[in-house]
Amino acid sequence: MEKQPVNAWTRMTHSNWFVYLLIAPLFLVLLAYVVYPFYQTFSQSFAGDEAFVHYKKFFDMASPANLEALWTSVYISIISVLSCAIVGITMAFLLERYNFPGRRILSILVLVPMALPPLVGVLSFSFLYGDSGIFPRFFQQLFGLEQVPFSLKGIWGVIVVHTFTMYTYFYLTASAAIKGLDPALEEAAISLGAGRIRIWTKVILPMLTPSIVASSLLVFMISMASYTAPLMFGVERTMTMQIYLSRTNGNLEMAATQSMILSFVSITFLIVMRWYQNRRNYQNLSKGISVHRSEVSSKGMKIFATIASFVGTFMLILPILVLILISFSVDGTWKTQILPTDYTFDHYIALFTDERTWRPIWNSIQMGVIATAGNIIFGVAAAYAMVRLNFKGKTLLDILIMVPWALPGTVVAVNLIAAFSTENIFAFNQVLIGTFWILPLAYFIRHLPLVFRSTSASLVQLDQSIEEASRGLGATWWYSFRRIVVPLTFTGILAGTLLALVQSFGEFVASILIYSTSTIPLSVAIFQKLYAFKFGTACAYGVLQICLILVVLIISEKLSKGSAGSAI
Amino acid sequence: MKSVKIENVSKQFGQVYGVKNLNLDIKAGEFFTFLGPSGCGKTTTLRMIAGFYYPTNGHILFDEQDVTRLPPNKRNIGMVFQNYALFPHMTVDENIAFGLQVRKFSKAEIQHKVDRIRGQVHLATYGKRKINELSGGQQQRVALARALVIEPDILLLDEPLSNLDAKLREETRVEIKRIQSELGITTIYVTHDQMEAMAMSDRIMVMENGDIKQIGTPQEIYHRPINRFVANFIGETNLIEGTIEAIDGEDIQVITTNGLIFIGRKQQSSPTFTHMIGDKVFISIRPESIHLGAGDNTLTGKITFVEFTGISVNYIVDFTAFSLKVMIIHSYDQIKSIGEDITINVAYDSLYFLGE
Repeated sequence: MEKQPVNAWTRMTHSNWFVYLLIAPLFLVLLAYVVYPFYQTFSQSFAGDEAFVHYKKFFDMASPANLEALWTSVYISIISVLSCAIVGITMAFLLERYNFPGRRILSILVLVPMALPPLVGVLSFSFLYGDSGIFPRFFQQLFGLEQVPFSLKGIWGVIVVHTFTMYTYFYLTASAAIKGLDPALEEAAISLGAGRIRIWTKVILPMLTPSIVASSLLVFMISMASYTAPLMFGVERTMTMQIYLSRTNGNLEMAATQSMILSFVSITFLIVMRWYQNRRNYQNLSKGISVHRSEVSSKGMKIFATIASFVGTFMLILPILVLILISFSVDGTWKTQILPTDYTFDHYIALFTDERTWRPIWNSIQMGVIATAGNIIFGVAAAYAMVRLNFKGKTLLDILIMVPWALPGTVVAVNLIAAFSTENIFAFNQVLIGTFWILPLAYFIRHLPLVFRSTSASLVQLDQSIEEASRGLGATWWYSFRRIVVPLTFTGILAGTLLALVQSFGEFVASILIYSTSTIPLSVAIFQKLYAFKFGTACAYGVLQICLILVVLIISEKLSKGSAGSAI
Repeated sequence: MKSVKIENVSKQFGQVYGVKNLNLDIKAGEFFTFLGPSGCGKTTTLRMIAGFYYPTNGHILFDEQDVTRLPPNKRNIGMVFQNYALFPHMTVDENIAFGLQVRKFSKAEIQHKVDRIRGQVHLATYGKRKINELSGGQQQRVALARALVIEPDILLLDEPLSNLDAKLREETRVEIKRIQSELGITTIYVTHDQMEAMAMSDRIMVMENGDIKQIGTPQEIYHRPINRFVANFIGETNLIEGTIEAIDGEDIQVITTNGLIFIGRKQQSSPTFTHMIGDKVFISIRPESIHLGAGDNTLTGKITFVEFTGISVNYIVDFTAFSLKVMIIHSYDQIKSIGEDITINVAYDSLYFLGE
């Protein structure tokens, strides 16, 4: 080989400081768009002559609205965790351990709630079971009653919607845990003389505990941050609603204070969750476990199971069916009838032909793509830095990236308002609030953890020596990164990217607080159509979102199968 | 083919030294082995030669070129990793061709070179296979082919055999040695297996705790270890503690703590050992150099362990202050049992003296 002069670039890329040069943009972005906005909210919550004045007001017993909201949020969250756990774990056991007519279809449809964007999910629930919903009216007319016999509203409406949309977290972790349960353990317990109850309490449940605890923390966090359901069911006394109301009433200091308190709860839960995940040990991962499904044998049980699975299937697809149905109804014609009476294709045609209907879709596509492009660049870079490089401040970077994931969308919005309502250096001396750019920025912050997590998960599995082998064969860092690291972690990167894209496309919680009227995103458009009683258009938007999510789910499913061969 | 020179190299990890003040000359075309227990610094040294670590102090030279801070991709090295580090998303041919593509060879040349090396490692028909369709031994040979096809100046092997089963390990060992001597490439081999090191190397460097203990040919290391660590690490040996009682011309007489007398040749001792009457000394006796019956240095003891391995009968014999491992070859008719007395002798030239 020729004598290779060590040029300036080589010297720089191999100095100890080069890594800091690489991660500096990461820190800068996080500082500008996570830390700084958070700090602005923090200082806003302390504004005023007297120290802690807003916090005192928050905890003031004389006007207990805020405390009531905190309590209601916690209360809803606890009940949501319990009901999601019951539904999710029961479903997991039924589908993993028993064979009954309708099991296959049910096991596919059980994940349908994941395909529902939050706003669309709540929307179809209120069409189905709300005050003027299809079912309450059906029973009212059936029995000729003065008023609807039942309807979903208030706190219990919120809890039912939470259960429907969030039980999947329990279902997924519990069924993974049940699949991983070595049948030999149960057989060992039986051979040692244990009865059914003892096996359950001493063997099965303890093995499931880690997954149950993890899901509980997650569902609690998401319930605390839930905004759409309380909004649609008119529960004003929750933390997120209070923040929204304080903000719309112009009481920014109070909104900031409420945000700080909600952030405190969320970040505490994040820390507990990480701590728990680190100490939890993975149980037997022995391969080739044969899942033995018990056949439901007695005749009565068989009929019961069939009916139950039929009802379950029906319940699961009903929200989507009702959206499709209403998306064909003529706006403003569905008043007191059980079902809409007049149908049309116009809404779908309008989606792609009417400039004003198409506009929000195009806005959301643009914003989503911009935010996701940022997510790919910074999410992949951050994941690579966290997994592969050694530098001071690694823990800090990890925390800074994960914090936006724990923060409720409402809080993210309040932080951005606090930071970018005035000109500042991080926004290149522009006011971002009220412009197109604020929403892509919000989406970028909220969904960065998605790309980061899925990329680092696949990077961790990639043996470092594979990259070294490539370097040893003469490849530069950049060449190895392109030909070795990216192809081998591609599915991880893509899964995170698609998820971020879909989430951005349907994001509602932060959008509703900070959208600008000239660039309305899709979710806010749905909300506005709803309030203008244009149900048909709103539902057509919703169906479009669901279709997009299904496409993404199918793509990621295909990809994860295709990569099965490269699992080294 | 290049020589490797390591000058005063140290590597610190935080406060801890991985290796300290290393000086080493590896000749062009030599098969050189770094041998030592895990944590001795052998892999650290190899990775500095490869360029995955940079030394905290000192210099590394390939021939006359200073490569101390040259990135690995500029060094023209071939490296085989312990877990092979094959690219799982590529076929056998794509893996082998990778380094050639980096070097911008033409398609035809790449195909030609890949085909030839694939033949050399006996994988002629495996070009289109995926990596996960290969056995461990085959993967090992792909890794070797990938490292060799770029015609590296230096071949680095990091415990390449440790993931193979015993039989395959021996076959592959022969194979690597064959290819290496055919190509005449400078090779640095890292292992903790002294058998492997002895069988393959031109020279061996024995390391412990980041220091070089001894550098020499396999024969030198085996027959003239420099200290107790090397004697113990290379092959099996018995170390008996004693005191020098008398020195008489070529003879050296040692008395053990329980009063047994050993007489050996003065020259048969470590070069660092100074002989003074009254000095503490360790006698190294290889188990296979002990014979049955009377002769020089005759001893009688009680058998506490017997083992028949096919080639030999192994005993452990107790002499109250110490016990000896004894290996008797070809004497199947007279296997003794535990508890019996046994008389053995050690030839005058088979004693080897070591200092503290």
